Order: sequence, then structure tokens, then C-alpha cells
Amino acid sequence: MKRSIFRHQFLPWVLLAPQLAVTFVFFLWPAAQAGWQSFLREDAFGLKTEFVGFGNYERLLQDDQYLNAFQVTLVFSVAVAVLALVVSLVLALAVDRMIVTARTYTTLLVWPYAVAPAIAGLLWWFIFNPTIGLLPYALEVVGVDWDHSLNGTQAMILVVVAAAWKQISYNFLFFVAGLQSIPASMREAAAIDGAGPFRRFWTITLPLLAPTSFFLLVVNTVYAMFDTLPVIDSTTEGGPAQATNILVYKVYVDGFLGLNLGSSAAQSVILMLIVVGLTVIQFRYIERRVEY
Amino acid sequence: MFRTLSLSALALGAALSPATAQTEIQWWHAMGGELGQKLEAIVADYNASQSDYRVVPSFKGTYAETMTAAIAAFRAGEQPAVVQVFEVGTGTMMAAKGAIYPVYQLMTDMNEPFDPAAFLPAVVGYYTDTEGNMLSMPFNSSTPILYYNKDVFEAAGLDRETPPTTWSEVEAFSKQIMESGAAPCGFTTGWISWVQLENFSAWHNQQIGTLENGFGGLGTELTVNGPVQVKHWDNLARWQQEGIFQYGGPVGGNDAPPKFYTQECAIYMNSSASRAGVIANATDFEVGYGMLPYYDDVEGAPQNSIIGGATLWVMAGRPDAEYPAVADFFTYLSSPEVQAQWHQGTGYLPITQAAWDLSASQGYYDANPGADVSIKQMTLNPPTPNSKGLRFGSYVQIRGIIDEEFQALLAGQKTAQEALDALVARGNVLIREFEAAND
Repeated sequence: MKRSIFRHQFLPWVLLAPQLAVTFVFFLWPAAQAGWQSFLREDAFGLKTEFVGFGNYERLLQDDQYLNAFQVTLVFSVAVAVLALVVSLVLALAVDRMIVTARTYTTLLVWPYAVAPAIAGLLWWFIFNPTIGLLPYALEVVGVDWDHSLNGTQAMILVVVAAAWKQISYNFLFFVAGLQSIPASMREAAAIDGAGPFRRFWTITLPLLAPTSFFLLVVNTVYAMFDTLPVIDSTTEGGPAQATNILVYKVYVDGFLGLNLGSSAAQSVILMLIVVGLTVIQFRYIERRVEY
Repeated sequence: MFRTLSLSALALGAALSPATAQTEIQWWHAMGGELGQKLEAIVADYNASQSDYRVVPSFKGTYAETMTAAIAAFRAGEQPAVVQVFEVGTGTMMAAKGAIYPVYQLMTDMNEPFDPAAFLPAVVGYYTDTEGNMLSMPFNSSTPILYYNKDVFEAAGLDRETPPTTWSEVEAFSKQIMESGAAPCGFTTGWISWVQLENFSAWHNQQIGTLENGFGGLGTELTVNGPVQVKHWDNLARWQQEGIFQYGGPVGGNDAPPKFYTQECAIYMNSSASRAGVIANATDFEVGYGMLPYYDDVEGAPQNSIIGGATLWVMAGRPDAEYPAVADFFTYLSSPEVQAQWHQGTGYLPITQAAWDLSASQGYYDANPGADVSIKQMTLNPPTPNSKGLRFGSYVQIRGIIDEEFQALLAGQKTAQEALDALVARGNVLIREFEAAND
């Protein structure tokens, strides 16, 4: 790699300054503040503050609801990532085989990405609404009693579908691009050697898509853990009986609605550690198996 | 040249001076849609009625969002002079000594004529401290009542003018309605927490929490898992199984109103402030009104129902010049004319006796049958320590717990006793936490 040498020590810092400032103001500073707040017990108005050490953390780890949120987050994130990845890969493969209408389909499939998460959530809320929704009405005909305001499993299905639906477009774009970068000659050569479509997919397409898939896995996990807050908020609000209360939603509810800032800060610190940990694991252990 | 400049500067100063002489106060509120328009009309009338002060209303979203915004603004030193806070936020606001300016004190300091006795005790009782001082200014208060579909009642062979008064009648009427095919469901309800637990307890004179439902101090504990509440939740779960009762969802119960509007459920319990919405949506049938049902074997029932809604809190730390404006505006707000206009336009309760009398003399209750059910029900008996209202810290979260445990009950995961026990245990953890943070 060619290394640029700057004569002055000053210039590189100046050039970096805007980015550093943004990182500091929008990430490091709030993160540090959350870290500090997690050791405090404060009333909502900030009139009385008391240092409680790890008290907030201790209380969290003894809290059944918090442990439940862990479990819910695990199920939710895995389900969203798997569903979003598999569906988008299938769609990308289908589009990749098209010749004439591929562009039209691509455009149509990317559309949902432009929908704001809160609106997407509301859309699904309408479709699945037990009283006024279309789907429960249709399901009743086939004998399924849909009521996600009481049935935790159904509520989980709803939020997974709503959250994954939005992410499918994004994944799809990357998969399409990834597929297009695979030289057709390789697949043709395999076809001439007598490999069927499935064999070609498993031995050529999928391994060559690995960098894309890996990247998307990381992005989707982070998406499911953080960006799904509006979807949950506009569909189930974490209910029924906390069946869809994921960690990041609990941070929001306890902090912004319950105004329990100490506990909320402690939760976001734990969440931050989890994401850092997950990313390290993904890069150290999974990335090794990915061949670029 | 110099002369024209100084002249125009003078002219500019003259043009600005009336604006600077007028004190502006910010009012953050949570009234969207129709209610927001009615609120803004009141403010516009006030601003037009005098020239010293100007009130600037800003819509800040839901109740929870408005309260959170005000608290965040206070932490940043940018708080509004007046903020509308819902009744479950009362415990939090009250504990924030130093952040709030109690209304009784404001009115005394500003030498505003102010008579706490003019307000309806059932409304004001919710917002006074243990010494009887009014801490915030009641603005929009409502209480849950019973709505029923007169046409369905008649089709089922019931008297269309007689709403059920007891829970056994609710059950019997519902069965008759369902068996006759007049409607597929007996009843539904908004606000499980507020209607079927808090008001239910007050209506039956059952304790919600120790120390007068929390009015007596931060050391309070929930006791809402008594035998009467257990019996009622047990019945609700059974009625849901039998189809007599349909659940309308957590918090306000968004799915409940459509069930009543589409004539699926014949009886509906919700806030008296839902009246306008009910009338607007019940286009195909006639609506009747009644008081909340009670169990006639419970001694002391029916007692009186309690309110919900919101009050206006004055925040401390604003420039001194703003507080006379707030006091003057509050006097205007509680005047009988303004109150009667707000009450009749929205379905919220009048907060003063004078506003009620004025509405009556205007013939409002004769022209709108059912509009006075809420007031009659709320003032049925003088409030007892169990029916004055409730005041707990972190109550926004406890409301969430009530919904969760009710859902667990309906889903068959818990019995009524287990759900209410768990609710009390979880709620008390939050109350202890709040006590520790505020004591």
C-alpha cells in the first residue's frame, strides 16, 4: 500500500476533525454519559442523584423481566436475520435468472426499503389487527383464531414478519449485486461438467456469495437488535405480557416512558457490550471461513 | 441622513414595544385532533380577551411524550411555564419538589382570587396533597361510564331504556343478547387498568394501596389483589372464554371501540370523554348510557368512581414575569363560561360546581341525555380513602404491568389470584425503587 507522507502534523488532524467531532458528539460522549448514569440513581427531573455503584446492574440481573427480554431478543434476532436473509436470497436468485423484466422486479422489490419503519409497523398492525385486520378474517375461515394481543407466539410471528419484510429489500439489493459479480463462465463450466442447478448453487454460487452473506449477517443482526424499535412500538408495544419485549425496546420503555434513567442506562451499556461482543465473534471466527 | 436613521430606529422601537410589553408563556399539551382545536380556541379567546399576556400552546404528542419532553426540557433548563400531565404522572410530578410550582402557592403569591372549594371535590381530591392544598390545575378530567346499544337490547327482548346496573345483570343480559342472536358478544371495555381495576376498586370501596391509595406518602404499597378484585378478574377471564366479553387490547384498548361501533358487542365501558366519538360512530343504532356495573353482594358498592385525564402543572425556574400570566390564565380557564364550553364540547367533566350549574341552566343536560351520568356517578357518595383516587410513583410502568398480567390471565397462563399477586409484587418493587430515588 502506498503511504502518503504529510509534512505537517497539523493537516491530517484538521482533515480528520469533522469526522472525529461527529464521532465524539454523537457516539463517545453519549456512550460515556450512559456509562456514568448507569451507576447513579436519579429521580426523573435530575433533582436528586445518588451514586449506587453496580446497584442498577445487580437489580437488572435479578429481574425476571430482564432475563425474559434476553430470551425474546435471541429468538427475535435469529428469526429476523434468518428470514430476511433466506427470502431475499431466493428472490435475488429468481431475479438473477430473469433476462427481460429483472429491472422492473428489482425496483419493485426495493420499494419497501423506502418505507419508514414506523409506517411499516403500522401497515402490519392493520393487516394483522384482530378486530379490523384482513388477515385474521381470512385465517378465521381456515380455522385459525388469530389474536396477537393475547397470544405471545402469534405476536412474535407478527413482529418478526414486519421487521424482516423491511430488511428483505436491503439484503436483496446486495445479493443481486453479489450474484452479478459471479462470472457466468464458472457456472456454465460446471453445467457442462454435468452439475445440476442445486449442485451449482451449493458449490459455486453460495461460496462466492459468502462475503456478501457475511456482511449482511452482521448488518441484519445489528438491525434486528437496534433498528426494530419503531416496528415493535407500532405493532405490539412489547406485549402481550412482554412476549415481544426485546432489549432495546425495554431500554426505551424504562428510560423514556418510565423515566428510570439509571436502569435504562445500565441496560444500554449491557446492550452495547453484547453488540461489541457479537461483532468481535463474527469477525474473528466466522470471517475466517469466508473466502473473499 | 443621521436624522432619518434615528427616526426609523425610533419608529422600529415604537413598533416593537407592545410586543415586548406582552409576556409570553408556553403551554405544552397532549391534545391532538378535535380536542386540540377546542383547546386552541380557548387559548385564542384568552389572548384576544386581554393585551398583557399571550399564551402559546404547543402540541407535544401523547401524554407520555408530553411529560417526557417537559422533564427533558427541565433538565436542559428549557422547560415551558405550563405543561399538561396525565393523572398517572401525578406521583412523579408531585415528588419533584423544586421542579414544580404548586398551584395553590402560585395563586396566593400572585394575589389571584382562588377558592379551592369552588372545584368539584372528586376532581380536585386527586390533585391535592395531604394538607388539602391543590398542586395542579385540573383541566380535562373524565370518568368511565357504560355505553350500550339500545337497538340490540330491544332485538334481544330486553328493555331498551334499562342498562345493566350489576355485573350479574351484565352477564345475564349478555347471554340473552348472544342467545337471541342480536349480537355475537356481550361487552367490551377500554382501559383494563383504569376501568376494570382502579375504578372497579373505588366503585366497590376496595383499597388499591396502603396509606390511602398512596395519597399518604411514598411508603405506600399496592393491595389491589383483594378478594373482590380477584373475583372480578376471575369472572372476566371466564366471560372471555364464554365469548361474553371481548378483550380490546392493552393501555386504552384501541380495539374495543370498533367492536361496539360495528354492533359486535352490545355493551361498552370507557371514558365519558369517549362520548363524542361514540355518537359520531354509532350511526346505525341508538346509544344508551349508564353507570358502571357493580357486584351487589359487596358491601359499600356502589361508592363513587374516580377520574382520569390530565391537569396543568406549573414548572419552576421560569422568569418571574411569567408567573402572573400563568395565574391570570388559570383564573380564566376555571371561569364557569370557559369550563362549560370545554365540558360540553368534549365530554370531559366540568371542574367547578359553577360550570356544572351553568351547563344545567343552559339546558345542556336536557338536550343531551346521558351527558350527566359521569358527574352523577362520580359524586354518588362522598369519597372514602379508597375512592379518592390513587397516587403511586412510577405508575406509568405499573399500568403496563397491569396490562401484562391481565393478558397472562386471559391467555390462561395464570389464575386471577396469581395474576393480581404478581401485579402487586412487581408494582411494589417499582414503588420501593421510586421511594428510594425520591426520598
